[in-house]
Amino acid sequence: MRKKSLLTGAALAACLATSGVPALAGKSDDTLTVAFAKQLENLDAYSATAREMIVIARHVWDGLLYRDPATGEYLGNLAESFEWVDATTIDFVLREGVTFHNGEAFDADDAVYTLNWVSKPENGVSNQGNVNWIASAEKTGPYSLRLHLKEPFPAALEYLSGPVVMYPNEYHAEVGTAGMGSNPVGTGPYKVTSVEAGKRYVFEKNDGYFAGPKGTAEIGKIVWRTIPERNTQFAELLSGGVDWVWQVPPDQAEKLGKKFSVSNESTMRIGYVSFDSAGRTGETPMSDIRVRKAIAHAINREAIVNALLKGASKVVHSACFPSQFGCFQDVAKYDYDPARAKELLAEAGYPDGFTVPFFAYRDRGYAEAIIGDLAAVGISVDFGYLKYAALRDKVQGGEVPFQFMTWGSNSVNDVSAITSHFFSHGKDDYALDADVKTWLTTADTSIDPAVRKENYAKALSKIADEVYWLPLFSYNVNYVYSDELEFTPYPDEVPRFFQARWK
Amino acid sequence: MLIYSLKRLLLAILVAITVSFISFSLLFLAGDPAIAMAGEGATDQDIENIRQLYGFDKPVLVQYFDWLLRAIGGNLGESFYFKTPVVHLIAEHMPVTMTLGAMGITFALSLAVPLGVLAAIRPNSIIDRIALLISVSGQALPSFWFALVLVVIFTVTLGWLPASGSDTWLHFLMPTVVLSYYAAPAFMRLTRAGMLDVLGSDYIRTARAKGLTTKSVFLKHALRNAIIPVVSLAAVQFGFMLGGSVIVESIFALNGAGSLAWESIGRNDFPTVQGLILVFALIYIVLTFLADVLNAWLDPKIRIG
Repeated sequence: MRKKSLLTGAALAACLATSGVPALAGKSDDTLTVAFAKQLENLDAYSATAREMIVIARHVWDGLLYRDPATGEYLGNLAESFEWVDATTIDFVLREGVTFHNGEAFDADDAVYTLNWVSKPENGVSNQGNVNWIASAEKTGPYSLRLHLKEPFPAALEYLSGPVVMYPNEYHAEVGTAGMGSNPVGTGPYKVTSVEAGKRYVFEKNDGYFAGPKGTAEIGKIVWRTIPERNTQFAELLSGGVDWVWQVPPDQAEKLGKKFSVSNESTMRIGYVSFDSAGRTGETPMSDIRVRKAIAHAINREAIVNALLKGASKVVHSACFPSQFGCFQDVAKYDYDPARAKELLAEAGYPDGFTVPFFAYRDRGYAEAIIGDLAAVGISVDFGYLKYAALRDKVQGGEVPFQFMTWGSNSVNDVSAITSHFFSHGKDDYALDADVKTWLTTADTSIDPAVRKENYAKALSKIADEVYWLPLFSYNVNYVYSDELEFTPYPDEVPRFFQARWK
Repeated sequence: MLIYSLKRLLLAILVAITVSFISFSLLFLAGDPAIAMAGEGATDQDIENIRQLYGFDKPVLVQYFDWLLRAIGGNLGESFYFKTPVVHLIAEHMPVTMTLGAMGITFALSLAVPLGVLAAIRPNSIIDRIALLISVSGQALPSFWFALVLVVIFTVTLGWLPASGSDTWLHFLMPTVVLSYYAAPAFMRLTRAGMLDVLGSDYIRTARAKGLTTKSVFLKHALRNAIIPVVSLAAVQFGFMLGGSVIVESIFALNGAGSLAWESIGRNDFPTVQGLILVFALIYIVLTFLADVLNAWLDPKIRIG
């Protein structure tokens, strides 16, 4: 009887081992299987807002321009060249001989159609910030066009090299957003060959891809799987079901590093502490610059980076991500010095500290480390940990005197995407400094790089001098992948599989 | 019997309405849905446009009744996230969850009923204790932890089973075990208690006195009666499993209705969450109602009392 049971068990095991378990992905079949946690709503570049869609968009479509991730230089992509005619007009000469994945030829009609279509709010582009600076586009020749901006907007080049991708006019007019979301067609280095909504997408190399700045893809097929649970992603990686995962926590990346390649790269997201300097919430200790400086000296940012964030994260001092255009670095710095913090608090009339509300919406561990540092100098907090939507509601309603927040700038490599957003007297501005606003407005609307840099530097210096913000650290991402894969991550947090190679 | 059934039906409808209203209201406590939908970089104008487009500027009660009236007509609205009708989304995702639920309930009964019978045949014996241990473990193990243990053993170490996806029946094995192991103890205890009760009754003594075999007495005479409440419990547990598959589906990337619910909560996709809560609640309420009626039909004491 026992023998029979053992045989049955062995047979079952053999059966399981030979059926159903997915074939191992990898170099042998030229298929790179990648796992992402987020389920995408569709594959339309203008209606899906997740970072994963930005990644897919870079593979399936092209913009008029391309920012070289290594040098930061704006290169022609679907455009061969561009020229600023004046502060609100750019002329483009387009590349000839490019075709979409469905065989439609790319020309000025496609680019003009796309730019005009996305510029109209009624067409429902989800992230209006990506396109609401476009006034209109007009065709000036079969392969040339003129783009009109609503107002001077130097960051236009950044958007034209990122989220603003070109659609085939005839196909899009026929199938609309829904059709593009289920059967996307672009000019990019990979074409979509299979869509299982929310589960799996298959991309195959576009053999007819033009010789542009993105280079030529080498890997034949990319299988994109949606696996929400991180531990399941690791199990698939360990069992050969996937070749590449990202956003791996530092401790797990260290363990997986024994069997796989691990790359770590900074991202454009920074963490910061914001104070109610302007007194929007009423009379609080935060309106006293000595208190703000005390807090800046009390928080051990270096220790938080070393112990919790690790990797490529760095302490930041200026209210922007260092690689962003205009992110002036030579600003006032506040070293960790709890003794100095206590002195400043005593000078401000708080020798025994005080209690203040403090809010955060993510990375509770980091927030608790900050709370611990504050307690050491006598500041206690009423901690509120809310969902992003709820906290943003309170912040914009002027109810939050002290908060730990983060900002990713939508991967836009320009200071206007962060500093100008928070210090131009909008609902998120708790400094309401007239000088800062003037400098930022001047920088945001000038197309002279020198003028922009000078004015951003003035604004960032004053933000640091007055400690309107205490910038904390940049975030980082761990990428874990097969040893057979050659992969380079970049700080804009957009994996470029079209540059990946098998070793 | 008819009056009893109508009373239970009325109660079921009231429960359904209450559940739907509470779930509808609770979702608004998590913050302004327009801000959540607009995302991090949105301007005030973007948020205001969304607020007006989706009617978030109306009072919650008005929004609820609008939604309820449409729901009665079979229109659960359009998903904010997928931009497709919620009814289609649910129809697309439900088969995976139903398959998982059906496999789960089958596995739970296959495990629990024999264990319950064995425990009842030899009460307080080592078999009874082992059955108790298995059942207690089932309820004590957190399902996400148990799932990961299975993944480590059967995917990572042995390489026998896939850890994620729903392409083949093998993809359903680990999720089924995890989902059913939590439900099995209730069946086991009910089977054991029912069997003990029945085994002490007069007709079993008569059956034994007539010289029937032990197997025949246990399986044909005792189990048939003892299992009736288990069947009605199974109906309720099936509803519970459909709703309880949220974590299991997420861990095993099954992309069913449970996983859809979990993801939709995270992205504040209110129409989808509301539609799913309503569908899950209705399934649960219908199954509970059927179980009540079945019990009343089997046991006159219930409907008279």
